[in-house]
Amino acid sequence: MPVYVLRRLAQTLLVLFVTSALVFGGLYLVGDPVEILVNPQADQEERARTAAALGLDRPALEQYGIFLKGAFTGDLGKSFVFGRPALQVILERMPATLELAFLAMLMSLGLGIPLGLYAGLRPHGFAARTIMAGSILGFSLPTFWVGLLLIMVFAVQLGWLPSTGRGPTTELLGLQISILTWEGLRYALLPALNLALFKLSLIIRLTRAQVREQSLLDYMRFARAKGLPRRRVIGVHLLKNILIPLITVIGLELGSVIAFAVVTETIFAWPGMGKLVIDSIFQLDRPVVVAYLLVTVFMFILINLLVDLLYSLLDPRVRISEAKG
Amino acid sequence: MSAVLPATVPAPQTPFRRFLEEFFDSKLATLGFALLAAIVLVALFAPFIAPHNPYDLAKLDLMDSRLAPGEQGLGGASYVLGTDGQGRDMLSAILYGLRVSLYVGVVSGIIALTLGALTGVLAAYAGGRVEQFVMRVVDIQLGFPAILVALILLAVLGRGVDKIIIALVCVQWAYYARTARSAALVERGKEYIEAARGLGLSGTRIVLRHLLPNALPPLIVVGTVQVAHAIALEATLSFLGLGLPSTEPSLGLLIANGYEYLMSGRYWISFYPGLALLATILAINLVGDQLRDVLNPRLAK
Repeated sequence: MPVYVLRRLAQTLLVLFVTSALVFGGLYLVGDPVEILVNPQADQEERARTAAALGLDRPALEQYGIFLKGAFTGDLGKSFVFGRPALQVILERMPATLELAFLAMLMSLGLGIPLGLYAGLRPHGFAARTIMAGSILGFSLPTFWVGLLLIMVFAVQLGWLPSTGRGPTTELLGLQISILTWEGLRYALLPALNLALFKLSLIIRLTRAQVREQSLLDYMRFARAKGLPRRRVIGVHLLKNILIPLITVIGLELGSVIAFAVVTETIFAWPGMGKLVIDSIFQLDRPVVVAYLLVTVFMFILINLLVDLLYSLLDPRVRISEAKG
Repeated sequence: MSAVLPATVPAPQTPFRRFLEEFFDSKLATLGFALLAAIVLVALFAPFIAPHNPYDLAKLDLMDSRLAPGEQGLGGASYVLGTDGQGRDMLSAILYGLRVSLYVGVVSGIIALTLGALTGVLAAYAGGRVEQFVMRVVDIQLGFPAILVALILLAVLGRGVDKIIIALVCVQWAYYARTARSAALVERGKEYIEAARGLGLSGTRIVLRHLLPNALPPLIVVGTVQVAHAIALEATLSFLGLGLPSTEPSLGLLIANGYEYLMSGRYWISFYPGLALLATILAINLVGDQLRDVLNPRLAK
């Protein structure tokens, strides 16, 4: 096990290095940040001064070298726009994204597992068919368009919920959290629902497929033959076994929810990391874009690793072999 | 039922005919296929069907902007689905937008399928370290959500039809590679490959003429799903302003253009392009779902 974890961490470093080189190199070729940062009337001298202040007058390779050197000490450069460390700017926005992702996962699991369970237990009933047809529709709905529809119906037409922005925050363990109060939650409901929708379809389909597969296995038949009440057979025996593959997917989906927050945050003007990176791409704020990507890629690899480890802990049949990896 | 029924002559059962029969067995799939066919036809013939040319800036009249569906413009032109902020007829814009969206989705799908399938089949055929390396790269890439990979690439590449196709190919090839490899692994062990080897055929010929065609059905299934994904992804990226330039408005861009008018209740600018996008993706998914069932040998009757 330790060998496996070490190998994976070494691989992580390699992936981070490749990503940084790719993004840094690529961004260097696109546009000139000085153009956007200085006053259009600025003369040549002022432009040169700005470029020098940001280190943009040096050759690309040297800039990358400086970046790498800083990166090893946790310094990912200063944002051109905010004038503060890029990592700090991102970490400040992270709680907003994470609370949105958390709420979205909660919604999709809370609805998806019961619906999938039902559809799997009575696969031929009318309700089950409706659920499955709904999930195909959910797969096909363009998420960003649904976001617009949600704003249109619930904010513009009905006026029940605020259309954009984040509500008042309260501090919890040093983090600014908004979903703990009703007023804050009101702002989070629409974006979270939007983010949850696509995952909901996936979880319904997955749960249903698992239920149908597991119901045919011997342990289920024995549990029923023992005369256990239906509630126990489903609630304990079945649920335990379908949760194992679900956890893998939930782990991976958590990552994808965080990535997709880019879209939802843009629609709902939610001040998280995703909106930050889109703004930064347009403002050619290279340090923030590079830092965002490195932070997300790192988060991803960490989530994937945790899922793999959790999986082997939960399911005694899966043991990570030392040789593989 | 005393009358003797005339013996019906069974139609000769070719595999293709059997496939068609099974495919159109499902009403939902037939509906999806019809919808898809209609959408493709409409997109292909958009220049002949569309009442206005949305690209012709000279024809645009700002006086006609933001008209509600059904309203008549000053020049007497009527707009079935209303107009956008520049006075562009929404119906025409949607028809042309469908063209762009389908083109990007299909072209990127075909390139990704070709590249991915070749990589996957070659990896399976080569085995050993080559296979391990290729599959490792595939695994790592699939560990990241498509939207993130595409975002990185487009931040680097900039906007443009060619660029978004490159980004979509980079996002998708890994799915095809994985599918092609697992299909090829199954086929590799079969007798006809052994026979081909026994005949002394070259490796290239075996891979291209024998292995690849037999690994095709699962690739087609993955392909339909992926094209739907690609279209949705392109729309999403264009909506964010990262995909296509505004000179070639795809459906995503049309929806984005309507965003600013949404708050004032002018819903149609965003609503109808989204509906067209939904119909396209839904139709492809319905066809793909049925293809998966029909082409899956495990579920064969």
